Amino acid sequence: MTDLAHEPAPAPVSAGGDRLRRALFRFRQSRLSVIGAVIVGIVLFFTIFGTLLAPYPDQVAGAVDTAARFQPPSAAHPFGTNELGQDVLSLVMAGTTVSVLAGFGVVLIGTVIGTLVGAVAGFAGGWTDEALMRLTDLTLTIPSLILAMAIAAALGPGFVNMVIAISLSWWPGYARLVRGEVLAAREETYVTAARAIGASPRRILFRHILPNVVSPIIVKMSLDMGFAILTVAGLGFIGIGVRPPTPEWGTLLSLSRSYMPDYWWTAMAPGMAMFLAVFGFNLLGDGLRDLLDPKARR
Amino acid sequence: MPEPILVIDNVSKVYPGRRGMFGRSAEVQALKGVSISVDRGESFGLVGESGSGKTTLTRSILHLEQPTSGRILFEGRDLATLSGAELRRLRARVQIVFQDPYASLNPRMTVQDIVTEPMVVHQDVLGLNGRQRTERAAELLSLVGLGPQHLRRFPHEFSGGQRQRICIARALASGPELLLLDEPTSALDVSVQAQVLNLLCDLQDRLGLTYFFISHDLAVVRYLCSRVALIYRGELVEEGETAQIFDAPETEYAQMLIGAMPEVAVPSAGRPSTPMT
Amino acid sequence: METPLLAIRDLHLTMSSFDGHAHVLNGIELTVRRGEIWGLVGESGCGKSLTGLSISRLLPSPPARYLRGEIRFEGRDMLKLPISAVEALRGKRIGMIFQDPTTNLNPAYRIGEQLVDVALAAASHDPTILDCPPRVGRRERKRAARRLAAAMLDRVGIPNPEARLDNYPHEFSGGMRQRVLIAMALIGRPDLLIADEPTTALDVSVQAQILKLLKGTVADHDIGVILITHNLGVVAQTCTHVAVMYAGNIVESGPVAEVIERPAHPYTRALMAAIPTKETRRGALQGLGGTVPNLIAPPPGCRFAPRCPLAIPACTRALPPAVDVGAGHAAACIRVEEERAAAHA
Repeated sequence: MTDLAHEPAPAPVSAGGDRLRRALFRFRQSRLSVIGAVIVGIVLFFTIFGTLLAPYPDQVAGAVDTAARFQPPSAAHPFGTNELGQDVLSLVMAGTTVSVLAGFGVVLIGTVIGTLVGAVAGFAGGWTDEALMRLTDLTLTIPSLILAMAIAAALGPGFVNMVIAISLSWWPGYARLVRGEVLAAREETYVTAARAIGASPRRILFRHILPNVVSPIIVKMSLDMGFAILTVAGLGFIGIGVRPPTPEWGTLLSLSRSYMPDYWWTAMAPGMAMFLAVFGFNLLGDGLRDLLDPKARR
Repeated sequence: MPEPILVIDNVSKVYPGRRGMFGRSAEVQALKGVSISVDRGESFGLVGESGSGKTTLTRSILHLEQPTSGRILFEGRDLATLSGAELRRLRARVQIVFQDPYASLNPRMTVQDIVTEPMVVHQDVLGLNGRQRTERAAELLSLVGLGPQHLRRFPHEFSGGQRQRICIARALASGPELLLLDEPTSALDVSVQAQVLNLLCDLQDRLGLTYFFISHDLAVVRYLCSRVALIYRGELVEEGETAQIFDAPETEYAQMLIGAMPEVAVPSAGRPSTPMT
Repeated sequence: METPLLAIRDLHLTMSSFDGHAHVLNGIELTVRRGEIWGLVGESGCGKSLTGLSISRLLPSPPARYLRGEIRFEGRDMLKLPISAVEALRGKRIGMIFQDPTTNLNPAYRIGEQLVDVALAAASHDPTILDCPPRVGRRERKRAARRLAAAMLDRVGIPNPEARLDNYPHEFSGGMRQRVLIAMALIGRPDLLIADEPTTALDVSVQAQILKLLKGTVADHDIGVILITHNLGVVAQTCTHVAVMYAGNIVESGPVAEVIERPAHPYTRALMAAIPTKETRRGALQGLGGTVPNLIAPPPGCRFAPRCPLAIPACTRALPPAVDVGAGHAAACIRVEEERAAAHA
């Protein structure tokens, strides 16, 4: 029996730090993920400091300079000026804050609602599951943009209302994802072990199941960020999102539409910003998926 | 004659066929009138191949599933008649170790959280506060051959054998009398299996546990168990003292099973009982 | 002397990961002739599967890198052949069977279609296997392939083979699926069969049948087999020869009866002592303390030395060479030499 007590301790030196370093190593293996992370970093930087760093802060607040209308890109205005003589670069930089925050708000609210609905449905099963999932299906059958438009029309325009409107059409994806993950996790041996111990359903759901479905949720959130930003911009573009003078990418694009193709630069900057943000979040999401949820790859 | 700790009395289990698009699939009879009794302090082996119903029986003993007919009695009390509170108290006294040590530990919990969980769940019976629980967890770890330095680690940092030790520590945490061992060594390498089997022998001697050992590995059952039951397609085929069944199996199935054992046939002279000197 | 079917010489393989380069195969020497069934045994992580995968070059590179050595299949070095040539051998001259029979059959196709595909592919290299006159039409060739498929299923003991060809994989039990995979591996008449834990997922009774089938195949076709397993009992029952691996080395090898009756290496002895037998008294089983070494920074000298009950300082000086202990039986342990010297004195 003596050999039992002397089995050596497991090898790893420090648990948390080691895990993080491993994760970073694997993440760095993929060049595209790193590019995604850098782009997202830049986008987040402008989300926080965009308004502060804008070269013409007064114009962000709504000042106009009609003498300088439709100036092509120059040293003073790298992306030119718009129909009101405002510096397009400043507007786009400041617009990052609104667009990204709105996108983030949408994803966050969608995740919270979706996770709740999905977890309850998957864990409770039976008619609760049926009822919640049919409600989810019902929401999915309504085209999201139209639903958002209807809700936005009912609540009235504005930043918060727009976020709520999109969120209400955004959660079903999360509900279905989380339900599936919960159903799978429910069959794990460690969950059976917890049941055999006598753990309460609450404890099983919150201690054993939900912590193990976080990874796919985070992956979906990062993949969704791009589309959420795009949807916010879409609502702005059709004029039921954020109203001018508050700068927002979709609204900026919408305004510049009338001056195409002569004053192409007015559309160029917001379009590129949107493209970069969506592209960056998608690359980052793909990288995170490979890292956190390797079985979803393919 | 002491009262048996566990009595399985004529238990049957039928899974109803599922209704599908093309009518109803056939129902599955997982257990057919199985009767077993396990005495306190003994090691009882249940041997069966895949599809024999041994998993259904295990789940029924844990009351994770209800038999279609028949009774399961723990210390003379029918599990089906227990109230919710009584059932919870029962769970502290009947514990299980699963086959796959990689799947049976929650990857997001530390060893401390894993081993103390039964004490938290059965707080009302055990009455341990946070510090006492940690102390007890450290004790349990040293009992299974690990140490308090492992408390803060996560399951993925351990080898298969060490994880199985953690599973055993968790199973012992609520102070059970009956331990269901569901193929606890079949996912392990032989050298590690030997250590875990020795640990199980040692724990039984020290704590006076009763083992209900489920396995398809006849050699392991022969080593650990005093009595054996063979189960085939939901029916009990043969039951008796281990030595008797292995030396003179009566049924054809038992003969076939024992004949198919991949033994390392070694002439007695050739087997080194001690390393060379 | 005839060229052996397979000769692995001084094979060194590293796998790179975040932690560094693990030296996972450390000078493997193995010779397999026709008619031999070699059991490759050892505990998880000893490199037995990597050896099997190396033979048919199935390891992606990176992370795998062969430092030196050769794997000669009928005299040709698999490590130097272009990958297209290796692919031409794979599945035709070299058959492979893996542990999990479910993941290696495509669930969307009938068994027959999958077997016919394999047969036709094999026939493009060796037209004689279809046993039909040359230059017949595609339809005729397909019919011949189907006949061959049915014959193979019959040979691996699947009853009613004609009808079973039209079944899907899920209509077979685990043991039957493994038989189908063996049939698939044998259909191209391989000269070498590599079976990686072919019975680990199966019941004991089915395992016995599959192993018998494997032995019969070797006797009927005079092929060579490498049977990778962690179960010494399976080796004793099935194999003609055995190679015991530990941490990337073959520590002991030889004819099965020889090795099992007179294990020379302390690791082999420890492995055998860990298996409960009829005579083992309760609580008297001998486990092996310690853990498998980290192969990124392996212990110096003999890799088993840190766990070895017989280790002496000299053990850590150099990797012990394989010493012949008689009757084709070799062990890589310096203490074996001492023991022999003592026996002679």
